[in-house]
Amino acid sequence: MNTAAIHEREDYLNVSHGLKSWLLTKDHKRIGLLYLATITLFFFLGGLFATIIRIELLTPGGGLVSSETYNKLFTMHGVTMIFFFLIPSIPAVLGNFFLPMMIGARDLAFPRINLLSWYLLVIGGLFALFAMLAGGVDTGWTFYTPYSTTYSNTWVIATALGIFVAGFSSILTGLNFIVTVHRMRAPGMTWFRMPLFVWAHYATALIQVLGTPVLAVTIVLVFCERVFHIGIFDPALGGDPVLFQHLFWFYSHPAVYIMILPAMGVVSELVSTFSRKAIFGYRVVAFSSVAIAVLGFLVWGHHMFVSGQSVFAGMAFSFLSYFVAIPSAIKVFNWTATLYKGSISYETPMLYAFGFIGLFTIGGLTGLFVAALGIDVHVTDTYFVVAHFHYIMVGGAIMAYLGGLHYWWPKMTGRMYPEAWAKLSALVIFLGFNLTFFPQFILGYLGMPRRYHTYPEEFQVLHVLSTAGASVLAVGYAIPMIYFAWSLRHGKMAGANPWGATGLEWKTASPPPLHNFDQMPVVTHDAYDYSTVVGEAVEVG
Amino acid sequence: MTEHVDSIRTYTLVLLALLALTAATTLVAFVDLGAFSVVAALAIAVCKMLLVALFFMHVRHSTKLTKLVVLGGLLWLVILLMLTLSDFTTRGWLGVPGR
Amino acid sequence: MASAESPALQVQFDTEAQQKDASTLGMWIFLITEVMFFGGMFTAYTVYRRAYSDAFAAASASLNVTIGAINTAVLLVSSFTMVMAVRAAQLGQRRAIVLFLVLALIFGGIFLGVKAYEWNEKFEQHHVPGPSFHLDGVTQQGHAQLFFSLYFAMTGLHAAHMVIGVGLIAWLIWLARKGTFTAEYNTPVDMVGLYWHFVDIIWIFLFPLLYLIDRHLPR
Repeated sequence: MNTAAIHEREDYLNVSHGLKSWLLTKDHKRIGLLYLATITLFFFLGGLFATIIRIELLTPGGGLVSSETYNKLFTMHGVTMIFFFLIPSIPAVLGNFFLPMMIGARDLAFPRINLLSWYLLVIGGLFALFAMLAGGVDTGWTFYTPYSTTYSNTWVIATALGIFVAGFSSILTGLNFIVTVHRMRAPGMTWFRMPLFVWAHYATALIQVLGTPVLAVTIVLVFCERVFHIGIFDPALGGDPVLFQHLFWFYSHPAVYIMILPAMGVVSELVSTFSRKAIFGYRVVAFSSVAIAVLGFLVWGHHMFVSGQSVFAGMAFSFLSYFVAIPSAIKVFNWTATLYKGSISYETPMLYAFGFIGLFTIGGLTGLFVAALGIDVHVTDTYFVVAHFHYIMVGGAIMAYLGGLHYWWPKMTGRMYPEAWAKLSALVIFLGFNLTFFPQFILGYLGMPRRYHTYPEEFQVLHVLSTAGASVLAVGYAIPMIYFAWSLRHGKMAGANPWGATGLEWKTASPPPLHNFDQMPVVTHDAYDYSTVVGEAVEVG
Repeated sequence: MTEHVDSIRTYTLVLLALLALTAATTLVAFVDLGAFSVVAALAIAVCKMLLVALFFMHVRHSTKLTKLVVLGGLLWLVILLMLTLSDFTTRGWLGVPGR
Repeated sequence: MASAESPALQVQFDTEAQQKDASTLGMWIFLITEVMFFGGMFTAYTVYRRAYSDAFAAASASLNVTIGAINTAVLLVSSFTMVMAVRAAQLGQRRAIVLFLVLALIFGGIFLGVKAYEWNEKFEQHHVPGPSFHLDGVTQQGHAQLFFSLYFAMTGLHAAHMVIGVGLIAWLIWLARKGTFTAEYNTPVDMVGLYWHFVDIIWIFLFPLLYLIDRHLPR
């Protein structure tokens, strides 16, 4: 036997080296990692703004920053977190990496467009970053007119341009995913054998493709208004600022489903794997994803109840908003039903899944509160709404993102993360999150407005609790950054299927070879058929 | 996928129809049809769109998926228009001051 | 896998048919995004036309219907030559592909030239939104200005798409002259054709909505 040089198995990471091999890659897995690095940077930028905001809110009189600066802080926090972190996050990192593998494809349908998507996010991000460094923008992430078009003296256009470019990143990703799911499934991989993660990303892609272009044209109109004073949103010329809001929210409401649907897709995978059981009601969950995508386009006026929109339309939008809650609730019921008589284990990804289910439920239920026209009149533009969407976006989406990152880390890197530290940080994040945002429900109910940096003395205790929670949360987020980086060199080597999970991605090596599979799979089983993984040990670090 | 090659005659007839409809919509615009003018103009435009889509863009030979995509896109445009207009057309309906 | 007979097959696809299918679906989805993109402007137009019908009618009347109608016909002919180019590609007729693409380019160019002339006319008549805007016979100048804002925004966006289309057709001509397209491989011609027809459809709606508002009214 030839015992000369032991060859390192070739995988997508070592098949080529050097900066060019990354910056010009067409490999969906490498592109996923490029996105991971990019959005992590934006997450910390957005977190920095949040930190300053929470420190400012420790005292009722403000004082750390001026009102003008505070306006810029919450604007840039929102813009960064929504457009440059949350919207790309799960689809661009985990979706890019795993969607092709899950359906047995060698890559997405259009690998070069995939790379272009990443460059567009980076370029858009650079525009936005430039705006932030040059002096910032103070309109709120919602850019309401006529303030953004006529009165604001800040870097509106640069920021809007950055969002415009990033929007095309999102559109192209969605386009790529839709074509891939329709045309690139392996033999035997029928629609109803696909993992629910894929269904969730397909539904998300529909929203990206149908909604984002309207945001794009709205930004074009804001640009024209600001530069050429065309009058389209200017009451002096007969323009209607409420028209801006309609066009803006037509995208921005479905956008929240772009942020949560992929998270739900992750949770379906986690709940199944760590209950060792097929997801209860697979088809219902699959159809619910599509239902959320479709219904999500019919409810945007619930952001405009007090805008001057007709009360009749307000009532119609309120009524429709209750329907979109139904498929989300169905999913929560189905995940819970999956747990029943499952063989549950409590590895870190499952902890995040549990966190998601609880916190998303709270966020979702409070969504019903604000969907009620009568209640919303009182709590709109208060911290109640801020708490509502942070429960969904942070308690929900970010937890699912972290859960997915931990779950698929061994597959992406070939290394396990340290389980004890991971469990600890999951707990710290859960506690920190609730301490940060639960007081905000109370604050909002008591009347604390959003986007204000000074407030009556009686609100201080709740604000202090919230800021304390934020510092705990920050620690919770920092720990995984450290141990993930550590694991790349020192983490335990991972096998092909450390969780004993179903799914095609677990049937290939960790890290996977360049074209994902040594032999193209032929699919003969349903998505969560655990009889196919009998005997695969669960390895925990 | 077998490629269906349409005849020059087919395309020429479609072009002539499109030109005729263009002339029609221009001439009809000068006739007083009251509120129906807009309907007529849009109806003719929709006919022209269908001719271009079905024949020039080969939608009539395309897969069910393509047809679904086209319908979906048009439906979403309608949703954008209709729901936005649902605000502007119902202002003042409920007697709430200013709305 | 890529081979000598099918050099255009990319590694992620199993067959050329799958690749063409994927490209076609991708282009159609892109066109849908364009529908929604233009749709935002059509929505703004609809809202304001309803609100300011008199001012819009007066403003629309200042546009030259004959030129608009002729230009519409020019674009339709360009679409015709484009689909003839696609047909030639399907039949592998190299010289015909080039001929029809050149014709499509020429007619597209004529359209853009006429559009530039029209815009210049608006500029001279002080119908361009801005401090020197004035439309005779209208009390609400702001509302009339809104019409022209939408006119320039929508025809401008349309023209920008046409310029891109012209560039794409020029690229196709270059490829076609080299003999790139055969009866077996002509996807790029097909795809650019779809894009070009879509841009035509946008104009099919822009023409009546901008030029033909209440033309029956005496002026």
